[in-house]
Amino acid sequence: MQATFYIASAVAIFATVMVITRYNMIHALLYLVISFLAIAIVFFMLGAPFVAALEVIVYAGAIVVLIIFVIMMLNLKEEAVEQERIWFSRNTWIGPGILSIILLGELVYILVTSASPEVSHQVIDAKDVGQSLYGPYIIGVELCGLLLMSGIVGAYHLGRQKKKVVHRFLENAEEWKQQL
Amino acid sequence: METAAVEYGLVLAGTLFVLGLISVLIRRNIIFMLISVEIMLNAAGLAFIAAGARWGQADGQVMFIFIITMAAAEVSVGLALILQIYHQLKTLDSDAADKMKG
Repeated sequence: MQATFYIASAVAIFATVMVITRYNMIHALLYLVISFLAIAIVFFMLGAPFVAALEVIVYAGAIVVLIIFVIMMLNLKEEAVEQERIWFSRNTWIGPGILSIILLGELVYILVTSASPEVSHQVIDAKDVGQSLYGPYIIGVELCGLLLMSGIVGAYHLGRQKKKVVHRFLENAEEWKQQL
Repeated sequence: METAAVEYGLVLAGTLFVLGLISVLIRRNIIFMLISVEIMLNAAGLAFIAAGARWGQADGQVMFIFIITMAAAEVSVGLALILQIYHQLKTLDSDAADKMKG
């Protein structure tokens, strides 16, 4: 069972590296789906089956599909991939990459050398999560509802298009009416 | 069911977070930056799940549900902003949106 965890972790890291190095956005999103599915397996191995299902449904399902729909609406051409290739030069990624990997090395060193905690071999299923969610965390659930509603209102407000004018003669039609 | 080691879950979370951070820093395409933020949020949730598994409590999973809610709201508003930027500037370059005209 340990091997499953390590294989899924390796797949997740590899897929994420492929996401951040792709030029084509759709290819990156397909690798992102693989990464999310691998992380769902990791959640399952950590004893959280409910959250593994949520990861597949919400992240790999809803969020990625939403981003794919927006990319389809933007109707990007081949030039976008070429532009991405130009932007993704060696000089841009070498500095932040090395510095971030140094920080990651320090983090891994701290985690590995610190005292290894005893692992509780225990699965926390959906019933425990629900009892905790609707017991002590009920205010958080209500705040999440408020957040989602403001998200809907904000997305609608920002996504509104300007009124389309079918002909250039009609652009100033309202002003002409007032002058008449 | 036998569960996996917790500290390796934390190491995986840190690795994924750093990968997302690198991608936010090096990309100029605004959609790629949004995707990277999703990767980082997911890594933070993974750290919560690993910590919850270590203590055997449900609180980590509750926090992950809050994170997933926040990510959904964030991605919807972010994509609406991206659509507006693309319609106004005709590009996805994040550097093109640096002029604050009222």
